[in-house]
Amino acid sequence: MDFEAIKQILISQFGEHIGSEEKGPQPILTAPADKIAEICQFLFEDERLYFDYLPCITAIDNGPAVATMELIYNLSSIPFGHELTIKIVFPRNTEDQPLPTIATVSHIWRTADWHEREAFDLMGIHFENHPDLRRILLPEDWVGHPLRKDYNAQEKYHGIHVRYEHD
Amino acid sequence: MSERIKTGDGGIILTNAEDLMNWARLSSLWPMGFGLACCAIEMMATYASHYDLERFGIMPRPSPRQSDVMIVAGTVTFKMADRIRRLYEQMPEPRYVISMGSCSNCGGPYWEHGYHVVKGVDRIIPVDVYVPGCPPRPEALIGGFMKLQEKIRGEHPLAPELFLEMEQKAETV
Repeated sequence: MDFEAIKQILISQFGEHIGSEEKGPQPILTAPADKIAEICQFLFEDERLYFDYLPCITAIDNGPAVATMELIYNLSSIPFGHELTIKIVFPRNTEDQPLPTIATVSHIWRTADWHEREAFDLMGIHFENHPDLRRILLPEDWVGHPLRKDYNAQEKYHGIHVRYEHD
Repeated sequence: MSERIKTGDGGIILTNAEDLMNWARLSSLWPMGFGLACCAIEMMATYASHYDLERFGIMPRPSPRQSDVMIVAGTVTFKMADRIRRLYEQMPEPRYVISMGSCSNCGGPYWEHGYHVVKGVDRIIPVDVYVPGCPPRPEALIGGFMKLQEKIRGEHPLAPELFLEMEQKAETV
């Protein structure tokens, strides 16, 4: 099934919420951020689509000037052999606001558990109803989310100077 | 020239206790068996048959409590730093540290943007020998061990620093 057909199925199911970006080499479906879990559930369950495999979740920070973040879900159907890329864009929090919250898809694909923990750890995206949203790579007591555009490394960690200039 | 049959008995070597002890220590340097990144691959190659560290009496030990030297082979992250410090503290004295490769020497390629990398393992434990390279070839690691052996050869294990200090004080009084 090609991208156009998948897009039509989703539009007939979810209406005009679904958009697309087809300029690049990889066509991308865009969806509203609050609908992502619902859409993913449909993509997984629908007999024509059956996306049973989630190869990757990518998180992007567009920086404080643009003030948005993105999540990109790469889906793949092993029996049908078709693939899909979905993107959601949502507002980014400033320093005093709570982290942006997105519904988890870890109940649909178990593999999303760790992908979402990674996005939380490095990018600071909170996943609602995630079973175990802890840091996955950095130590538990780390401050901040390092892959954010406005991240500043801490001065010291456990008494060790972080920056190279400090000797 | 007379022919002699080597029987192995009756030979005498004259030395002093300190030299003998140093010789014994530097000929059986037991490193702690652990590696952190790609440098560990070179370290393993150095242990293996091509370079054969065993011929220097160097064999990896599975416990810090049996080790004389720690080879910090690879990138030291902040998460690992606490563990390295603890392992170092578990080693019995006299203990030595070889910092292998750019990462553990100074942070290596992570020196500027590596928010997670300790910029040199000498920020957490004292280092005796730095081996440069990214990663260093096995010859370089062997060179590092030679340097460490040189250092041990010049040490005074039987005259602890405290005694030397007391001796000096007694002389000045």
